[in-house]
Amino acid sequence: MSFTILGTGSALPAQQVTNDQLSQIMDTSHAWIHSRTGIDSRPICRQETVTQLALEAARQALENAGVVPGELDYILCPTLVGDTITPSLACLVQEGLGAGCPAVDLNAACSGFLYAMDLARGLFAAGQVRRVLIVAAEKMSRLVDWRDRSTCVLFGDGAGAAVLGPGEDLLSLLVTAQGTSSPLRIAAPSGNCPYSQGEGGESYLAMNGQEVYRFAVGAIARDIPRALELAGVTPGQVDHLLLHQANLRILEAAQKKLGIPLEKYAVNIATHGNLSAVSVPLLLDEMNRSGRLRPGEILALCAFGGGLTTGAAVLRWRGTPTDK
Amino acid sequence: MTTFERVEAQLKEFKDLNPGELTMETTFAQLELDSLDTVDLLMACEEEFGITIEPDENLKTVGDVVERIDSLVAQKQ
Repeated sequence: MSFTILGTGSALPAQQVTNDQLSQIMDTSHAWIHSRTGIDSRPICRQETVTQLALEAARQALENAGVVPGELDYILCPTLVGDTITPSLACLVQEGLGAGCPAVDLNAACSGFLYAMDLARGLFAAGQVRRVLIVAAEKMSRLVDWRDRSTCVLFGDGAGAAVLGPGEDLLSLLVTAQGTSSPLRIAAPSGNCPYSQGEGGESYLAMNGQEVYRFAVGAIARDIPRALELAGVTPGQVDHLLLHQANLRILEAAQKKLGIPLEKYAVNIATHGNLSAVSVPLLLDEMNRSGRLRPGEILALCAFGGGLTTGAAVLRWRGTPTDK
Repeated sequence: MTTFERVEAQLKEFKDLNPGELTMETTFAQLELDSLDTVDLLMACEEEFGITIEPDENLKTVGDVVERIDSLVAQKQ
């Protein structure tokens, strides 16, 4: 027993910040950002909280799935950090929905949605759950260093959700971790302990773009063929590729290595930037809502990010009848 | 083929070059390669030569890359 995706949802902040707007507050330009990243604008929170975005995405996914909050058996929230370190974002979502099930956050950075699916697979296999809500939500605008023009322009804020039910549509899933902090790191807040002798560093994202680029291209080229092989699916049978949207250049370089035609790639980076764990479920929801996914189609998912972590999965879109 | 010619062939995969344009002294900046193009070139060379090249700020010219490759290939043998 694995699972099937019963419904999807997403939420973005109302404000969209363009490259031209950024060039008014820092030394950058639309041409510079666009040519290096493929990003033209990104959603950035003004008043919206992570919890509000997560709740909106969750409600949409529940409605799309025809599931009510009382039916949920587990809530998993992939996020770097919610509005509070405790309660977890998942607990705040549980409260906001009026659900009564266990709820927990998990941090696998940009690979979080794939890691959450891996844990959900275990819960389904154990016969412990019939309805699982995964809500990825990130407010990257609060974690990036707005004095670093090479990284702050890359990220955006948002939430993406999926409701899972029993089924056989997860054909394969693999996650990896290779612990190292040099390519990508966000320090924890240092606190004010009078006995602490540690450096009170700043809690901002620091990234080595070249290292991450190399890791990302290598991860996609390695993990997607592995996931396809595990699923017994040939590259030609894949209908849609949903890859973490970190940088258009990563997607282009990976596409050359994979040799799967460009038109099969779902791409939304131009108007979203890198939304960390939200990128993959947001792509899934956008495709679902615009009617681009047909029952039985084969989806290949892949994400990579801080940790370093990676995840790849092959899914059949609503191939198994639901048990409702 | 010399190491230089093999690097030139890799570079031609994603950069239009006139015959004779490339020399050992040509810098990545002259070729208008940005930081990610440079990583692409190094990754392509890694596959071509079967080695691992760590990105390095000291690699600024085609000659720097050719010398690094020659030394890594020699270490491998």
